[in-house]
Amino acid sequence: MNTADAGDRAYRVTVAAMAMVVPLLLLLVSVEVVRAGWPALHRFGIAFFTRSAWDAVNGDFGAAPAVYGTIVSSILALVLATPLAVGSALFLSEFAPRWLQQPVAFLVDLLAAIPSVVYGLWGILVLIPWLRETVMPFLADTLKLGNTPLFSGPAYGNSMLAAGIILAIMILPYIAAVTREVLLAVPRSQREAALALGATRWEMIRDAVLPHARSGIIGGIILGLGRALGETMAVTMVIGNTHEISASLFSPGYTMASQIANEFSEATNDMHISALMAVGAGLFAITLVVNLLARWLVSRVAGERTA
Amino acid sequence: MTQSTAVVPGGRRVPRNVTRRRVVSAVMIVLTYLAAAAATLPLIFILANLLRQGVGSLHWHFFTSMPKPVGEEGGGMANAIAGTLMLITIASAIGLPIGIGAGLFLAEQRGTRVANVVRFLSDVLNGLPSIVVGIFAWQLLVRPFHHFSALAGGIALAVMMIPIVARTTEEMIRLVPVSLREAALALGYTRWRTSLSIVLRSALPGIVTGALVAVARIAGETAPLLFTAFGNQFWSTSPGQPIAALPLQIFSYAISPYDDWHAQAWAGALVLIALVLVISVSARFATRSRYGRGHD
Repeated sequence: MNTADAGDRAYRVTVAAMAMVVPLLLLLVSVEVVRAGWPALHRFGIAFFTRSAWDAVNGDFGAAPAVYGTIVSSILALVLATPLAVGSALFLSEFAPRWLQQPVAFLVDLLAAIPSVVYGLWGILVLIPWLRETVMPFLADTLKLGNTPLFSGPAYGNSMLAAGIILAIMILPYIAAVTREVLLAVPRSQREAALALGATRWEMIRDAVLPHARSGIIGGIILGLGRALGETMAVTMVIGNTHEISASLFSPGYTMASQIANEFSEATNDMHISALMAVGAGLFAITLVVNLLARWLVSRVAGERTA
Repeated sequence: MTQSTAVVPGGRRVPRNVTRRRVVSAVMIVLTYLAAAAATLPLIFILANLLRQGVGSLHWHFFTSMPKPVGEEGGGMANAIAGTLMLITIASAIGLPIGIGAGLFLAEQRGTRVANVVRFLSDVLNGLPSIVVGIFAWQLLVRPFHHFSALAGGIALAVMMIPIVARTTEEMIRLVPVSLREAALALGYTRWRTSLSIVLRSALPGIVTGALVAVARIAGETAPLLFTAFGNQFWSTSPGQPIAALPLQIFSYAISPYDDWHAQAWAGALVLIALVLVISVSARFATRSRYGRGHD
């Protein structure tokens, strides 16, 4: 029996050790990323994220334009993706005929399987020419929005708008999947009670289903936000990569992730590299907070079902 | 206003006009139909473009030749395809055992405080931007050795696989009836043999699915490779050297100004997406046939 005990112990220890790799990795990632950016963080302090200088020759760096671009492109993506994601999830959970449910859910889910670099390729060669020749002139001239700060300036194509649209497509499947889950978690009786009281089908959704699923849906949206904040390749390929803050969505810009990806291979000195890594450390901190918030919100609703 | 609305429990005012309520309801329902249609459109557009542009530039020598300079006919991505397969192999060799082990732990220690914390942290790790994982691998595995390597790329990808594999393994083991485990223990099996040859074995198809999903996720990853595998214009399968990868090659061709290279990028993207879709669709059907519905 002794060998059996030894075997059991060896198994338990091995499996536990493998499980401990997960917290260890998370710890290592935080330590290494901060260590990589330390020279810049130490030199400029927390003000690094609010300064807008970016002078590789004189070693003067600040991440404000990248932080600004990250926030603007992600918010734009949420504004575009949320109605479509929630609408399509409502369609799938409430209205779709049975035979349509699986195929439509499958198509939306597949969006999540497309690699970022393929989105980027499509963005450069299809989306940007279309924006430049059709959408931007339409917004600026036909709708006469060209004088508003949001849509002013020349239409190059490479822009914050292009980044927001690509990001919206990329995060849509994540928001849709979580929303579908939490809608399915709303008890049937809730719907039946609303209908029995004489509500129309929309009133049932608005008054009985959505309030019940609300914090889960918000969790899904924040999860999508987490994806959008850290998305790299597709954004790098369409945003124009300019270290500037501009109010216009037609202007090129930077996000934190795209600045790192774009400048890493051509960074010339240690301080430049370190400044890029400090941007990475900031990105790590932001996405960590956003993800923790999202997990907490989703687990409050769907906890009994999925956790 | 008092004539046209009634106050229902909860304090919300509802218009008494039934026709108007029905119209509003119908309009909103139609809007959800439109949202669903609009949500599927991007996928259809992207796939249509990929097929139209990619098939034209895809010749047999795409799979067998090395990249050629602009203007020269008949270049391919043989080295990038080999490099991607190599990176997937390294990542799987490291990520799958650790992920499956962690999944076993999570399933068997279910409900304990440690398991809850590990599960939570695994979700956090899964949510980290891939570029952050790239920086981590660069600082730990590239910088000290002063050169990029396939091994560093594979490890970065493995870090991204572990949380996915761990969570799907846990879910799949949960589907194995407890009675099966109890029967094995009652027959005198030791705990470790019960776990490995009874429980893990019955959950195997599901775990294979999880592994495939994880491979599909990392096969197209680009950002971590910028800092680790780096890319290579030449043939290399040495783990200690920089290595080419399909996504890296697509990236550098896509941002170039040349039509020849754009055509190559479309062809590369078509091959990559075919690889990813075949893996993820087969993963989905593998589980569906066993458990009656897709799981992801």
